[in-house]
Amino acid sequence: MELISPAELAKEKVLTVQDYFLFCLQAMANLFRKPLYFADMIQQADAIGVGSLPIVVLTGFFTGAVLALQASNTLERFGSITLVGQLVSTSMVRELGPVLTSLMIAGRNSSGMASELGSMVVTEQIDAMRALGTDPMKKLVTPRVVATVFMLFFLTIISDLVGLLGGLAIAKLLLHLDARQYWYYAYQTLVFQDVFMGLIKPVIFGFIIATVGCFYGMNARGGTQGVGRATTQAMVAASVLILAMDLIVTRFLMATLSYH
Amino acid sequence: MSAPTLPLDSATTSSNDISAPVIVFEDVAMSFGDNEVLRGVSFHLPRGETKAIFGVAGSGKSLILKLALGLIRPDSGRIVVLGEDVTQMPEEQLFELRGKIGMVFQESALFDSLTVRENVAYRLMEEHGVYDENIDRRVREALRFVELEHTLDLNPSELSGGMRRRVAIARAIITQPELLLYDSPTGGLDPVTSNTIIELIVKQRDVNKTSALLVTHRLQDAFTMATRQFDKQNNRMIALPPGQHCDVPMSFLVLRDGKVIFDGDLHNLADSQDEYIQEYIS
Repeated sequence: MELISPAELAKEKVLTVQDYFLFCLQAMANLFRKPLYFADMIQQADAIGVGSLPIVVLTGFFTGAVLALQASNTLERFGSITLVGQLVSTSMVRELGPVLTSLMIAGRNSSGMASELGSMVVTEQIDAMRALGTDPMKKLVTPRVVATVFMLFFLTIISDLVGLLGGLAIAKLLLHLDARQYWYYAYQTLVFQDVFMGLIKPVIFGFIIATVGCFYGMNARGGTQGVGRATTQAMVAASVLILAMDLIVTRFLMATLSYH
Repeated sequence: MSAPTLPLDSATTSSNDISAPVIVFEDVAMSFGDNEVLRGVSFHLPRGETKAIFGVAGSGKSLILKLALGLIRPDSGRIVVLGEDVTQMPEEQLFELRGKIGMVFQESALFDSLTVRENVAYRLMEEHGVYDENIDRRVREALRFVELEHTLDLNPSELSGGMRRRVAIARAIITQPELLLYDSPTGGLDPVTSNTIIELIVKQRDVNKTSALLVTHRLQDAFTMATRQFDKQNNRMIALPPGQHCDVPMSFLVLRDGKVIFDGDLHNLADSQDEYIQEYIS
């Protein structure tokens, strides 16, 4: 294996970041250029949104449930076990709902997009598409970005709701709390800033998932091995970017929304 | 023998000028890292002619087709296709130009998520949006041309290698392009299937008078094309007597070390004194 100097490696990484930003700009600019592939957007929305529903529901439910269980232990020491609903609600809506849903969708779809597009690259289907007069960025990338952003928004709402139900199941069955009291605290504790923060994140994360997956797929080289590498890289990069962006977005929103 | 160069002005005048060459390469160079694949390649393809490109693996044959289609831009030199300088055109304009060009890829490059019908209709569907009766008729015509009308609703994975190549030809010719680019259309196929593919290419050349660039490793395929014509009445390829080989619009181009070492017809090729060419064709 050839060794690369640190300077070369740094240059390569900077160039990749530059290419990624140009790729994102092009994907967004295509929204304002004809043709817009609506049928492909709907098809992708079905594959990404409806197809991911089972894992999102399961993840949301178990996260809410385990959150309630963990919280009960601590809250019981302070005699505040009735606040379980409040804790599950704020944690799910502000943080765990968007982040865990995005990580699950990244695992399923970012890698899926990279492998699908990567296979098309190495079998010359992307070249064939260009040869047939179609812009692959418009036909393949932009519909995936739009569909992921749109569907992740709604999947996060479903995940939040199912997470609250998971918490309710634990509160009712194991902690023997009153269901109406649980819902009252869960609902009353939420303020506009919580909901806004929880719903702006999936839009950003959805964009990251789709663009990273498509970027690695469209740049796959080196046959089936290259496709495998692109798939792994896409999932890892998307997951790390989601967690990094989560910190930045949370800090930014807490500052701008006057969070206390 | 070096390739004759042609003043680019005559090639860029108009794509409708029948005397203008369909493709002009002038001093085209292309490298990948330290590997110089093409080093000053120049040639032209007259309208209605089929030019077979030979060369060892990695000599840049397929690259020439991708350059002609504007899929890759050269490091230097000019390429004029159907009167347009593709080295200067933005991608948006290239999509329009590519509408007049059909390409058959080395491994067919059929869209594996689409059926044969959808693959062949792809370009028309992109233009018109809806699969209507007119598109259906043209799809059936194109598939009938390659004798695969019965495969309409099959997926590419259900076809043999030869059938996939024939579907790729149907997809390339459905819009009756002015120029066809074939990238090793018989590569990896058995002799019988190869002959079927060659017959289809000859049929397209002689019936529709389409200009074409053909990349191939198989010398016998190009010789078959240079010594045969398509008989429309009997719907088959027939051998021509030796004296009539010059009537066939067919020429040969040989690449070596990134340069054109031969560009001429069958007789020039057979008479060439170049040792490399003699070894190549022996």
